[in-house]
Amino acid sequence: MWKFIVRRLVITFPQIILLSLLVFLMAEMMPGDALSGLLDPNIDPAAIEEQRIKLGLNDPWHIKYADWVAGLVQGDLGQSFKFKMPVTELIEQRLVNSFWLGVATLIFTYLIAIPLGITSGRYNDTWADQMITGYTYIGFATPLFIFALVVLWIFGFQLQWFPTSGSVEPGMVPGTFEYVLSKIQHLLLPSLSLALITTVNTVQYLRSEIIDTKQKDFIITARAKGASESRVYNRHILRNSLLPIAAFFGFEITGLIGGTVFVEQIFGYPGMGQLFLESVVGRDYSVVTSVVLLFGIASILGALISDIILSLVDPRIRIK
Amino acid sequence: MSKEMLEIKNLKTSFRIKDNYYAAVDDVTLTLNKNEILGIVGESGSGKSALAFSVMGLHNRAKIEGNILFKEHDIANISPSKLNKLRGEAMAMIFQDPLTALNPLMIVGEQISETLILHKKEMSQKQRKEKVIDLLNKVGIPMPEHVYGQYPHELSGGMRQRIIIAIAIANKPELLIADEPTTALDVTIQAQILDLIKTLKDDIDAGIILITHDLGVVAEMADRVAVMYAGQIVEIADVHTLFDNPLHPYTRSLLNSVPNTQEGQEELHVIQGIVPSLSKLPREGCRFAARIPWIDDSAHEENPVMHEVAPGHFVRCTCHNHFHFPDESKEDSTHGIS
Repeated sequence: MWKFIVRRLVITFPQIILLSLLVFLMAEMMPGDALSGLLDPNIDPAAIEEQRIKLGLNDPWHIKYADWVAGLVQGDLGQSFKFKMPVTELIEQRLVNSFWLGVATLIFTYLIAIPLGITSGRYNDTWADQMITGYTYIGFATPLFIFALVVLWIFGFQLQWFPTSGSVEPGMVPGTFEYVLSKIQHLLLPSLSLALITTVNTVQYLRSEIIDTKQKDFIITARAKGASESRVYNRHILRNSLLPIAAFFGFEITGLIGGTVFVEQIFGYPGMGQLFLESVVGRDYSVVTSVVLLFGIASILGALISDIILSLVDPRIRIK
Repeated sequence: MSKEMLEIKNLKTSFRIKDNYYAAVDDVTLTLNKNEILGIVGESGSGKSALAFSVMGLHNRAKIEGNILFKEHDIANISPSKLNKLRGEAMAMIFQDPLTALNPLMIVGEQISETLILHKKEMSQKQRKEKVIDLLNKVGIPMPEHVYGQYPHELSGGMRQRIIIAIAIANKPELLIADEPTTALDVTIQAQILDLIKTLKDDIDAGIILITHDLGVVAEMADRVAVMYAGQIVEIADVHTLFDNPLHPYTRSLLNSVPNTQEGQEELHVIQGIVPSLSKLPREGCRFAARIPWIDDSAHEENPVMHEVAPGHFVRCTCHNHFHFPDESKEDSTHGIS
């Protein structure tokens, strides 16, 4: 068991190194650099060239990569042009916001998915199942950004039940009860609209897993033992059907860090997704590379967590 | 008290395909005595397993007509809670494929304990564990304490089949149904498992229905044999009569297709055609008629019924009186039949 986890951890290191190299090379290949475009066009090109040499912008790529990595390990991600602050600090703020948005979304996702998936799978082809599958098809077909806009318009602007932007009411003192309450109030609308749409995947997954497990031979064995219908469901079908959902959980964690570009943009929620969009539009390269690298690391870690969870819950995966 | 412990009367098990019901088991009448092994043979699709599942009440969406009388209950019309009390306690089943019949996420000890938890509520946890270890010993599992905590995927096919047998015999059932218990196992393991079933039969004093398509298994194990074709029993007799004096054309074809190494026969006899699918079954007349087209139509009964040709020997339809294999002369084929 521990051997498996250690082995799985060891292979993540080359993955992360490869990822950093890719992110760096892609950023290199983007046209322009920090000194193109931002400067007064009347400045002597020779002076700009001199500045480039001074800043190391003309160095060969491997030297620049080494410099960049050296900065990364020390937690120095460079300066943001747009926000005029260190990228590390900028990301820290946004990461916390995205994390809480992710947690709230996850809670709603599972609160919706598990009861619906179980009902739909257990009573498949009944009217309840048809209603739930109907909802999942609508969920699949509805673009998130349109749904989020409609939700914002109805509950934010028309009914004014929820704030329409930001992550906390201005002027609140961190640490007070009101501050936490305001945070939660700002979270509800974006996380709920996100969960309502993205949960349909999990509902469908759980439904088809249950229908699949229902027909397995070991379910007949359980019935032949004299197990009642509810025992068959609780002890045999449900546990086996939740496996892939548990495995999926690791990837959901990626979402905690990555945030969601659309939802954060629409609800004006200052998280990682919004930061990513702003930095791409504003050609804020040091932010873009840092954010992309972080997203990449998040997915590698997500896969790692998934594998570990799966090995914990499924005895067949444990490699000796 | 009579020796009969299970009586199936005119059982018809039908499945719904689109808007029609089709019978997978049709007009099956048979009895099982105490401490007897009744073999049921037939090729794939003949309704053997559907019959077994009907007796265990395991069909979810089938329409079951007729009677299955067992221990003052009629399983064809029984409430789910009463059925659950019988299943695992008075009747149990051994399944065909040991690779899929165990829950992959539960240790085997827990899976055997489950049937004790369901039927022997008074047992303490410690007693249960002792009983499970005892059962593992009984079915010939080495190092039972160790195997108790293992998952099914850590065990071989033969071991898993032993676990399934342990589950089945845990509460000493009176009726044991073995649905092709050795089909998925290799030959050496087959012999061991069959031996085990025979030993356990005497131990728990159960009546056993042994379903198989392997005539060798039947010859070795069964006391009486029922031959099924297309959902119906076509011939039923004690095992010696059936092998020495088979009457129904289907039984004779089956026996004829067993390879005979002694006579240096090179070509294998095969029965032409296949069992028709459920929806294409002829509903009238002799169901085997289509596979013996060289036999004249007038030889068959219009509504074939079981005829008792000798005490305890029943054959369906009259066509057996006129049957001969295509490469035999007619005179040869009728020997032994008066």
